[in-house]
Amino acid sequence: MPKYWHEDIETMSREDMKKLQNERLVKQVHHVYEHVPYYRDLMDKKGIKPDDIQSVDDLHKLPFLSKADLRDAYPFGLLAVPLSECVRIQSTSGTTGKRVVAFYTQADIELWEDCCARAIIAAGGDKDDVCQVAYGYGLFTGGAGLHGGSHKVGCLTLPMSSGNTERQIQFMCDLGSTILCCTPSYAAYIGETLHDMGLTPDDIKLKAGIFGAEPWTEEMRRTIEKSLGIKAYDIFGLTEISGPGVSFECEEQSGMHINEDLFLPEIIDPETGEVLPEGTVGELVFTALTKEAFPLLRYRTRDLCVLSRKKCSCGRTLIKMAKPMGRSDDMLIIRGVNVFPSQIETVLIEQGYTPNYLIEVDRKNNTDTLDISVELTPEQFSDKIKDVQNMEKSLAAAIKTMLGINPKVHLVSPKTITRSEGKAVRVIDRRKLHE
Amino acid sequence: MNTIKQLSVFVENQPGKLAELTRLIANAGIDLRTLSLADTRDFGILRIIVNKPDETEKLLTENDWIYKTAEVIGVKVPDRPGGVADVLDAINAANVNVEYMYAFVNRIPGRADTVFRVDDIEATLNALQSAGIDILTSEEAYTI
Repeated sequence: MPKYWHEDIETMSREDMKKLQNERLVKQVHHVYEHVPYYRDLMDKKGIKPDDIQSVDDLHKLPFLSKADLRDAYPFGLLAVPLSECVRIQSTSGTTGKRVVAFYTQADIELWEDCCARAIIAAGGDKDDVCQVAYGYGLFTGGAGLHGGSHKVGCLTLPMSSGNTERQIQFMCDLGSTILCCTPSYAAYIGETLHDMGLTPDDIKLKAGIFGAEPWTEEMRRTIEKSLGIKAYDIFGLTEISGPGVSFECEEQSGMHINEDLFLPEIIDPETGEVLPEGTVGELVFTALTKEAFPLLRYRTRDLCVLSRKKCSCGRTLIKMAKPMGRSDDMLIIRGVNVFPSQIETVLIEQGYTPNYLIEVDRKNNTDTLDISVELTPEQFSDKIKDVQNMEKSLAAAIKTMLGINPKVHLVSPKTITRSEGKAVRVIDRRKLHE
Repeated sequence: MNTIKQLSVFVENQPGKLAELTRLIANAGIDLRTLSLADTRDFGILRIIVNKPDETEKLLTENDWIYKTAEVIGVKVPDRPGGVADVLDAINAANVNVEYMYAFVNRIPGRADTVFRVDDIEATLNALQSAGIDILTSEEAYTI
């Protein structure tokens, strides 16, 4: 069984990697400056010329790109090759309301699929595997990316797309799927449905899952691993940079290796834009070193995380990023306190609840309100009013300890919170409606 | 059987929820013998005694309602002033706590049948027997 997809790259010495990055960066800056007037203007305004960038150490001199730039330049403003050279577009799911369209040449597609192939191999996959791709197909990069990666590895690929959960499980049983690729919330739902159908993990052959496209917690990982009898691997990516596979987990399951030969990461202070030293929490920034059609330089992801070069037992030398603590977009400011939905999920699962919950934020009498609905399980239910009220109280207290603000907890019946087949909607902020 | 099976169903405090639950039970041809609702602002617990408890359990599970079963005692409380007080005195004398109680819907002349949920079933049954108070068997409760 192969251990790596690109062994030379994935285990490259730090010195050689830096040399490769330097060469690619210098070339890429020239490519962008010559072909993307939008970015050339940004560089000119800062008084930076392509020749000022001689190595990765000069990266900090370049201007940032943000989601606002992508919106301003929509649709063709950041394109660096003629449209006739492009073979594909993909688009973001628009969960944050701002749709992004990214372009790919054939070489860009190959490179992206290679990234996904690296992730599949790292999750223990090879050509003998049956890979069920239950990410959405279409404009969303999830389906296309893992589909392509699965083909490259030579897995038997099941292009299921998301939805029709009983059929997913039927195929899983009949065709012996060994790897499942989808969002973690959909994986949790598939696990739940499997049990509802009277099946157990022994009835299926799944061994691994590659889950991404939304934030999820360690607690949720354990829930999914148990319900499907698998090892669950995280995968990270963003359409702006290519798609899933920008970074991926190995068997150590402690952070994701960034494909840094292609995507150069930095961590910056989100307030000042200053580059922070390794090991510091900050906003993740990527520079696409080799992309032809849509080569973003210093793109601010809004994901808060930390990088580490600690030696990994899998043998890969690629730098690792910790699971993002949340996108700065996902962060809610409630009564002046920063709240990430993932913090609430952690408490729920620790307290024995399911990851089926809904966070509702509103403003009443000039005060923010935080309401959390979570499904009760038959095992937890007591027929005494007092016991159920105490459960609500102790959950509210645990969340208060975590966040520092008091929520109102509502226990609800099973299956009343809408399940997601793609990215889960777990937060409703009604304050925005009033503005 | 000297005890009756009670089902306690978790019901969210939302318009139509109670109707949905009772309609589900009715459509299965199950008869509600009696019921009691304990509620808070957010949720309620509907306690029911039905003629077919096992069938009802299956129905609730299949339709994703959360419930718990409990054994309760049905007492043929004499329908006269002091009837309930006599029963409670007997239970109290045995050092048993009554968690809650509610009456049956069907009235038999001379009787006000009542459901008692207690923390010690055995002691209660003995106390009632010594006091000469009649118990409603499960067969009676499900069919009356």
